[in-house]
Amino acid sequence: MLKRIVYGVSGAVIIGLGLFSFYAWNPSIDPITPQVKSDYSPQIIEQGKVLAAAGYCSTCHTPAGGKPYAGNYEMHTEFGTIYSSNITPDVETGIGSWSEDAFNRAMRSGVSRDGHHLLPAFPFEHFNKMTDEDIRAIYAYIMTSVPAVNQVKKENGIPFPLNIRWLQAGWKLLFADTQSFQTNDNKSEQWNRGAYLAEGIAHCGACHTPRNVLGGEKYDQMYQGADIDGWIAPSLTATSTSPIPWRAQDFYEYLTTGNSPYHGSAAGPMAPVMHKGLSALPEHDVQAISLYFADHSGANESDDPAANANLQAAIKAQHTQADLRIDEGARLYATACQACHYSSDELVKGRPLLTLGSATHLEQPTNLVNVILDGVRSDQGISGVVMPGFRDALSDQDISAIVAYLRQSAGQKPWPELQQKVTEIRNQPRFEQ
Amino acid sequence: MAKFILNGESMTADVESDTPLLWVIRDELNMTGTKFGCGIGTCGACTVHVGGRATRSCITPVSSVEGAEITTIEGLSEKDDHPLQVSWKNLQVPQCGYCQSGQIMQAAALLKDIPKPTDKDIDAVMGGNLCRCMTYVRIRSAIHEAANAIEIKGVQS
Repeated sequence: MLKRIVYGVSGAVIIGLGLFSFYAWNPSIDPITPQVKSDYSPQIIEQGKVLAAAGYCSTCHTPAGGKPYAGNYEMHTEFGTIYSSNITPDVETGIGSWSEDAFNRAMRSGVSRDGHHLLPAFPFEHFNKMTDEDIRAIYAYIMTSVPAVNQVKKENGIPFPLNIRWLQAGWKLLFADTQSFQTNDNKSEQWNRGAYLAEGIAHCGACHTPRNVLGGEKYDQMYQGADIDGWIAPSLTATSTSPIPWRAQDFYEYLTTGNSPYHGSAAGPMAPVMHKGLSALPEHDVQAISLYFADHSGANESDDPAANANLQAAIKAQHTQADLRIDEGARLYATACQACHYSSDELVKGRPLLTLGSATHLEQPTNLVNVILDGVRSDQGISGVVMPGFRDALSDQDISAIVAYLRQSAGQKPWPELQQKVTEIRNQPRFEQ
Repeated sequence: MAKFILNGESMTADVESDTPLLWVIRDELNMTGTKFGCGIGTCGACTVHVGGRATRSCITPVSSVEGAEITTIEGLSEKDDHPLQVSWKNLQVPQCGYCQSGQIMQAAALLKDIPKPTDKDIDAVMGGNLCRCMTYVRIRSAIHEAANAIEIKGVQS
């Protein structure tokens, strides 16, 4: 009897492993000689250029000061440090020998030309939503127009056993969304265009959707906000804590100028998404994305934010000056912040009202503290305008006093253990290029 | 190597990326109208405009202004005739003068956003610009005078 059970279980395990190996195994796709420009029409190359920008591929495939698309951009994940691949058309170290089929397979299922599984930091689940034509356009652009760079990819710092690549197949089986893009017939054509772009090439959910302990996106909490690269990607849904709801025109203004006066600026990892990425898309595509997200946020398009009670309260709160002799936060704020962050009775773009800003209303002070520490560069937020960084100017105690004052002025409950959080945020690694 | 536009001219400076903009302006480009005060962005003496907005240059790393347009007190007007410079002279605002270029640059940014500021608006926006000679009362009067002059002329630089 015991023998039978042992045989039975062993047999099941062996068959299971066999089936899994069959599932996990992918054939190598034959290398090709590199493509030349004449293989593709100028239109498809141009379309690919726009899409590669809209997917801000270069952001993760280019390290600070490095050559575009040559890889080795460092990413700190919960599972270890990883480096992005060289996706220039270099035959030896890049993807120069990849056929269209190999590229398409990588974009759709995260499998390299030689058959090994890519890590899910590469958001293939999103790119799988794209049409074959759009994927082919990106391929055409990269292969014909990106300069080849010979640069070997650095070794990832992922510990055993997570570094066993065929285990990725299990991850994909458990967590990856393998469905192609589904049109929603109950929504407009513009909405569906926005959904196609946001869920596909722009891979918004890769940052804005929370992930489970093994890094899989929780699809039942789509766009509800998540921690990413030392920042918080805020919720884009009705669960947003922003005092003023995001309308389509607010998303549009934010995505085209880097700032919404009612919500805040595109800083941290969002800055290149907007400036190097979505800004390449034609106007109607950005409008479609805005419409799609306004539907998720549930904002009423006809509402006037200027008449919003929260905005009125925030404007009024600026005029009730705290006692600067007693309140250290108020005193530091008046000295270091208020010259720029004061609007008179009307909100002025470029004078962000911080009691209204999304960062002040999040669950954690992460984004607010990040911006106080390192400011906003000219290529982040509103182009050509900067905020200085107070990293070497203000102590953790100073910063927590300012943040606590702002949080209180915004009518929110205090963030617990604030000063300790400021210290942690100050010491976390920086990711921006 | 840092590249930006200073008072309308393209500039490059061979400095470390974390060098404060103020040092580049004063020590590399020899524009000494902008002053060093506290060095931690809390006195306003180093105020310049970046993209038209008042910015404390002592805590702004030069890498963050890449490609941006910067205006210092030397570039505020062609003939030192910005309405604020005129009212500053009329009312004899400066005493020792050290903080005044920062005061004027901050006030110019204020009038762009809030053309007719109340005393409260001036106090809120100018509160981060310190003056050890206590010329605050004259600064406030001069801002009102400049605001009136701009309104009458119907022009704004």
